[in-house]
Amino acid sequence: MLARIFPHPVLTAGLIVIWLLLVNHIKVGSLVMAAILGTAIPLLTRSYWPDRPRIRSLRALAGYALLVVWDIILANIIVARIILFKPNDRIETRWITVPLDLRTPEAITLLAATITLTPGTVTADMSACGRALLIHSLHAPDPDAVRDEIKSRYEARLKRIFE
Amino acid sequence: MIAEVVISLLLVIGGAFGLIGSLGLLKLRQPMQRLHAPTKATTIGVGAALLASIIYAATVLDDPSWQELLIMVFLFITSPITANFLSKAHLHRTIPPDSLPPTGTDSPWATLDTEDAAPARDADRQAP
Repeated sequence: MLARIFPHPVLTAGLIVIWLLLVNHIKVGSLVMAAILGTAIPLLTRSYWPDRPRIRSLRALAGYALLVVWDIILANIIVARIILFKPNDRIETRWITVPLDLRTPEAITLLAATITLTPGTVTADMSACGRALLIHSLHAPDPDAVRDEIKSRYEARLKRIFE
Repeated sequence: MIAEVVISLLLVIGGAFGLIGSLGLLKLRQPMQRLHAPTKATTIGVGAALLASIIYAATVLDDPSWQELLIMVFLFITSPITANFLSKAHLHRTIPPDSLPPTGTDSPWATLDTEDAAPARDADRQAP
């Protein structure tokens, strides 16, 4: 019964938080509005999102977010140095194939977004069967090292969180 | 006073990264390389400016505001999708398929998986 009214509890909680952030204050009126939106939107969109993603540990997910923010800051500095100080003909731009162990669509989406957000790498495409990602790397003298780092640093953590 | 120094520092850092991102657009040669520059300015460049805005509202204005976090969240959700669509369009139009690495699986890259579409397109072209 509860699962029919709230098909996506995490989405409901997220919508409530987003609405409260949007109105920028906590009053009874905005709480009621947040609850209405948090109930209605998951119900109206449930046919487009039939399965519920399983998140094993919210704490691990929060830890992952912090790790990604830290990596974004570090990688920004690295890319800034490449742009400013490296002559164009010494930038070794490469395509990299990353085979996937993840099978959950939500986890693969998060991995692809993480790769794009960390400067220096962009997720360009996915294999038609969904088992490999095509990554474009701005400067990768050692493509295998980039692939291994993505697999051990991000994919292994996402696998623990989602699968 | 300390808050003002931190705010100014954040604004300078954000501005510097925005500038470097734009410089990258000018300097790098291949379109795929250029894609790296602006997607980076959206992370630290905008992030530092938003953090400065949060601190300014909380200390100088004395009216805490968290809406900036939402901007960050929406930016983080949308910018990977833009980058993905730009590179997919680029793969379609200019990159020769044999310059890409193998997928390591039985199927080709999704963007190039056009076995059904290709004959149809040729037929269109031949039709007077």
